[in-house]
Amino acid sequence: MTVFFQQLINGLSLGSIYALIALGYTMVYGIIKLINFAHGDIYMLGAYFGFLAITYLHVGFFPAILISMALCAILGVVIERIAYKPLRNATRIAALITAIGVSYFLEAGTQQVMGTSVRAFPQVLNNQVFNIAGLRITEQQIYIFVTTIVLMLILQFIVKKTKIGRAMRAVSTDSDAARLMGINVDATISITFAIGSALAGAAGVLVGIYYSSINPLMGMLPGIKAFIAAVFGGIGIIPGAMFGGFFIGICEAIVSGYGGSLFKDAVVYIILIVILVIKPAGLLGKNVKEKV
Amino acid sequence: MLEIKNLNVYYGVIHALKDVTMCVNEGEIVALIGANGAGKTTLLHTISGLIRPSQGEILFLGKNIVKAKTRNIVEAGITQVPEGRRTFSGLSVYENLLMGAYLRKDKAQIKEDLEKVYERFPILKERSSQDASTLSGGEQQMLAMGRALMAKPKILLLDEPSMGLAPILVKEIFKIIEDIHAQGTTVLLVEQNARMALSIADRAYVLETGKIALSGTGEELSNSEEIQKAYLGG
Repeated sequence: MTVFFQQLINGLSLGSIYALIALGYTMVYGIIKLINFAHGDIYMLGAYFGFLAITYLHVGFFPAILISMALCAILGVVIERIAYKPLRNATRIAALITAIGVSYFLEAGTQQVMGTSVRAFPQVLNNQVFNIAGLRITEQQIYIFVTTIVLMLILQFIVKKTKIGRAMRAVSTDSDAARLMGINVDATISITFAIGSALAGAAGVLVGIYYSSINPLMGMLPGIKAFIAAVFGGIGIIPGAMFGGFFIGICEAIVSGYGGSLFKDAVVYIILIVILVIKPAGLLGKNVKEKV
Repeated sequence: MLEIKNLNVYYGVIHALKDVTMCVNEGEIVALIGANGAGKTTLLHTISGLIRPSQGEILFLGKNIVKAKTRNIVEAGITQVPEGRRTFSGLSVYENLLMGAYLRKDKAQIKEDLEKVYERFPILKERSSQDASTLSGGEQQMLAMGRALMAKPKILLLDEPSMGLAPILVKEIFKIIEDIHAQGTTVLLVEQNARMALSIADRAYVLETGKIALSGTGEELSNSEEIQKAYLGG
């Protein structure tokens, strides 16, 4: 049983990171129905921004996260304006292929600028270990989990309680009707990209601290898993992405904990297949019917 | 108040509006009737700036708004209640109403107008915290109209407000339109239900395959043989 609870704790850290990335996928999908396959690479760049901030500006944990979030937000908006906005009225497949192109561009660009080698992420947190009831909890894990929860609360507040959050929800349900209310749809989409990318940036820094190494291709697998988490919870649904992220992270950790490290990725895909068969709209998704 | 001159709109090669010229004077209810696909919604979308015409002018209070952005058109005082109501599901009734006032900054006044909307549509107050998608069709139409009123429009564009509603509700909606008009809002009403539309309209235009085929006062058109045959079922 100790193994189970220990892996539950480890899974919460991993799940936090997946959940933060999944939120960006789900928000962007919610508002422009695009699976932004470059999102995992924004997370990777978030890790690099954090790495550069800590190494060259000698900042601590919180400033590094904030710098990385700000830069990723800008990057997300720029990518949307350059790559996706011209395709707003194109077929969805065209935008999807463009997203894959952006993904390769970011990966290759980072390899070009930063080199292809793995880099050690500087340790900005003490790695103190707490032993509670036979369970091992590191200070890093606490930071990761608490930061994630705080970011999620802020996000929920923005989406549920603010004017811009209402605009985001209005645009995601009906962009033409939103335009008729006077909402600046393009600006609202930009803000959505900014917020989603900022969350990925935070995840990048957190993962750098957790695994203490980063590389230009590190975004691929977590990107796909976070995408699965978003689909699992119901794509376009914010609480679904949070739940999906934690669920996938915990499953992965538990499978690893019981000696299944080699199968942990397979298990994630199996979960996806099962959920798609049983509930295609995702766990929290509902099939919306039009009322007459 | 609203003057449309020689408006031409194309969808690719389809010539959707052909030299449409019409006007709505301040304080009027003007009806625009016509069959499915005649171009009625296209005309409203063009007025609201969702579609760009290839030619023509739209003057609102003397200013050409043909190239203006939708949000500036809304700000100027033209609000549309779109066809099919298009309320925001996932947002509560209250939040939907707030979206109508999106461009306004006068918080106290917004609150007052919200109360007025609740007064006009008591059912919306009752359901203010419910998700808009849980409302019935008639309630959604009221919500869409309430939402538009929250923008404090000078002119209200209504696109098929009676669509899909039971006859008793249609009567109620039309009564509300007359009420809104009586309180000083100019109305441009697009309808397939020609009989109802003509009964409340000061003037009306008939749109046929993108062209204005006829125009006149509501009464004139109601009595015209052509209209009776084509739109009033005998």
